[in-house]
Amino acid sequence: MNNIMDRRDFIRVVSTTGSGLVLGLYLPYTNKLNGKTKAATIFEPNVWIKVHPDNSVLIMVGKSEMGQGVLTSLPMIIAEEMDLDWSTVKVQQAPADKDKYGSQMTGGSRSIASSWKQLRKAGATAREMMISAAAKEWGVPAGDCTTKASHVIHNMSNRKMSYGSLTEKASQVPIPRRVSLKNPKQFSIIGKNIKRKDTQPKLNGKAQFSMDVQLEGMVYATVVRSPVFGGQLKSFDEASISDIQGVIKIFKIENGLAIVARSIWVAIKAGKRLKITWDKGENDALDSNKIKALLVEKSKKQGAIARKKGNVKKAIKSSDNQVEAVYESPFQAHATMEPMNCTADVQKNKCRIWAATQAPARAQKKAAKITGLPIKKVELNVTYLGGGFGRRSINDFVNDAVEISMVMEKPVKMVWTREEDMQHDYYRPTSLHVMKGAIDNENHLTAWTHRVVAPSILFSQLVKMPFPFKEKLDIISVEGAKNIRYDIPNILVDYRMANTPVPVGWWRSVYDSQNAFANECFMDELAEAAGKDPLQFRLELLPKSSRERNVLTLLAEKAGWETFNSGPYYQGLSFHKSFGTYVAQVARVTVKDNTIKVGEIHCAVDCGTVINPSIVDAQISGAIIYGLSAALKSKITVSNGRIDQSNFDDFDVLRMDETPKIHVHLIESDAAPSGVGEPGLPPAAPAVANAVYAATGKRIRRLPITYQDII
Amino acid sequence: MKIFTLNVNGKQHSISVEADAPLLWVLRDELGYTGTKFGCGRGLCGACTVHLDGEATRSCMTTVEFAEDSEITTIEGLSEDGTHPVQQAWFEEDVPQCGYCQSGQIMTAVSFLNRNPNPTEADIDSAMKMNICRCGTYPSIRKAINRAADKQLSADE
Repeated sequence: MNNIMDRRDFIRVVSTTGSGLVLGLYLPYTNKLNGKTKAATIFEPNVWIKVHPDNSVLIMVGKSEMGQGVLTSLPMIIAEEMDLDWSTVKVQQAPADKDKYGSQMTGGSRSIASSWKQLRKAGATAREMMISAAAKEWGVPAGDCTTKASHVIHNMSNRKMSYGSLTEKASQVPIPRRVSLKNPKQFSIIGKNIKRKDTQPKLNGKAQFSMDVQLEGMVYATVVRSPVFGGQLKSFDEASISDIQGVIKIFKIENGLAIVARSIWVAIKAGKRLKITWDKGENDALDSNKIKALLVEKSKKQGAIARKKGNVKKAIKSSDNQVEAVYESPFQAHATMEPMNCTADVQKNKCRIWAATQAPARAQKKAAKITGLPIKKVELNVTYLGGGFGRRSINDFVNDAVEISMVMEKPVKMVWTREEDMQHDYYRPTSLHVMKGAIDNENHLTAWTHRVVAPSILFSQLVKMPFPFKEKLDIISVEGAKNIRYDIPNILVDYRMANTPVPVGWWRSVYDSQNAFANECFMDELAEAAGKDPLQFRLELLPKSSRERNVLTLLAEKAGWETFNSGPYYQGLSFHKSFGTYVAQVARVTVKDNTIKVGEIHCAVDCGTVINPSIVDAQISGAIIYGLSAALKSKITVSNGRIDQSNFDDFDVLRMDETPKIHVHLIESDAAPSGVGEPGLPPAAPAVANAVYAATGKRIRRLPITYQDII
Repeated sequence: MKIFTLNVNGKQHSISVEADAPLLWVLRDELGYTGTKFGCGRGLCGACTVHLDGEATRSCMTTVEFAEDSEITTIEGLSEDGTHPVQQAWFEEDVPQCGYCQSGQIMTAVSFLNRNPNPTEADIDSAMKMNICRCGTYPSIRKAINRAADKQLSADE
């Protein structure tokens, strides 16, 4: 049995893959762990790759496709190292299976960055096994063979074999311990504008979102939650909907009241009309003013130190040019286009789930807990996600569907209304930022203090997520504040936790969104106090030939920062590094007819190696647009313990006619790739706010920016 | 419950539902045309846009009773194989990200281009501003509409 790795080899191969992969990444074709022998006609060197005899290759994708392009960009990495003919590559979203695929958690702009090495090795390993198989067949040294477009080639004898014709032989080849990766100069797939694999089904109605799953014998449900956070169900009056035909059952579940009906429409209609009495609990009197007062109160005392450099007190004292400002930002909802929903079929011995989730393994684990079934009996299929932005990393909607199906003993499609979705989100936290800066006699910035006051996401989810947590320092809350990139001699960044009953969660770019707004607007205030141009002021504080400086320099050049003539448009600048990626933006804004209009945004990006430039462009542009919604239009407020907004009329977002021309400029780099899903967002609001100042002379210190604030 | 006959994508369907049932849910759950999406339920986002006799219509705000006498077209009926010029333009520009709003975007664009085959940028913005996309595909949608319009014009010449 020399064709099969022994257990020791198996583990060694796994350990060389790095990236903290769990056991089980590399499965030999005979799966010893399961004791089953598979037919060797499909070559399956690892869990990601299946080469079929017809020379097509199926690549499994372990991260959730929520629009960011992972179904295309991750397979591109494998295809590059394996030298695949891209036109014959098929892709498939993997179901939840932590043991097989490792972490499937999709978020933090990490999909490419965390898979890069692992998938390159997976592809290179498969390629090498193909070469070994062909070389053996031809009786030539493997070193004389090359590969191209899913074929092994022996140039000297002018012979070639397709990968598909080698599947059986390649399956006999021992998995190599070491493989060499390509020199980036040889890349022919990475770096190309390759079309997305999921485009076609998204144009003809065939793409399956969890909302679209139809099962035999299915019933439909919606859930109504207590409008006041923390409220509990007291009673409901079934007679109030007795005239609605088709309601099957109404019952309490953990998160609220489930209404099951013969169609979603009937469930929604019944849910809206049903008279429900809630025990409002203790949050009934909560409102946005009280939350603001809490943040202001908290801001008066020093919090947990996140960063300390030099002696800010001394530096501020010795300066006679000091600037102080307070910035604030509101709660934000995610408002994904597809409202939360899930389809579940809980049976006696197994459970099947179709969910649009960013956290498949956690959803699966929780479903096992709810049903009492072993994890292996919970099949969780990840469908397309109709938007994620962090919302779908919390699986409350999956739990709802599982609970309801368990009671009904039937397949159930559970759909929240838009109103439930908006009023029961895990919101981007509101925040307050107290800033101080000092400038010396030679107009150099000598001191910087930033106090972040905000609810803590980590604290609210601590039970589930044991992160480092000392002296009430939520390390995530100060992301982008503690690691401000400017070289300032004296820095103090501290954090005061201000928790409220409003649930908080991960929202595209998380706290970097608020911290960058405060940082970069305040930088402009300091530049003015120092009598310097905002670009020059920043460049002076960044080391020569640093990535920060390069990205700002490229931006200035591409946008024509120095030669731009103000009026009717005015320009503002910002820079922020988040999720490993360096981003600088220039926004051009006009203020007239009661409207702030952003006409144009230039954005320079250094995200290391670019896998697919058009996907990067789409992600950066999309993040800017999402950021502009929050900068100019939307906010979540609270009255009587509940969210005021409920749909797209009172939570308005950016529309096409308000969308600026966006120009994305990518830095050429062969550094390891970093994230692009989120980093485009944080610089958008401050660039616009700084441009509004240039246009009107009014400093913007509160989001969203409204016309009323500047007149 | 009442029996209604709907003409969807050239096919007749008889269904028994409440007269006030929105066309959206009838299309999706009774007839299986799931390409039409639920986004807001109040005609505010455009994800549910279909054509009634060629006119872009919010199916979440249209009762099945009202739709009975119309020719209904959903994204599935726009072309047999995704080759309608607007779908093609969307494909060329690789427009979708999450894709959830795109059926509605395409249906709105098709009916708009039928009315106005040679639109200005301002015409496009104005026609499309009631369709929300949270991924921010607006710049690509603009390009795709221009591409479809150019193609349409050159085909007419």
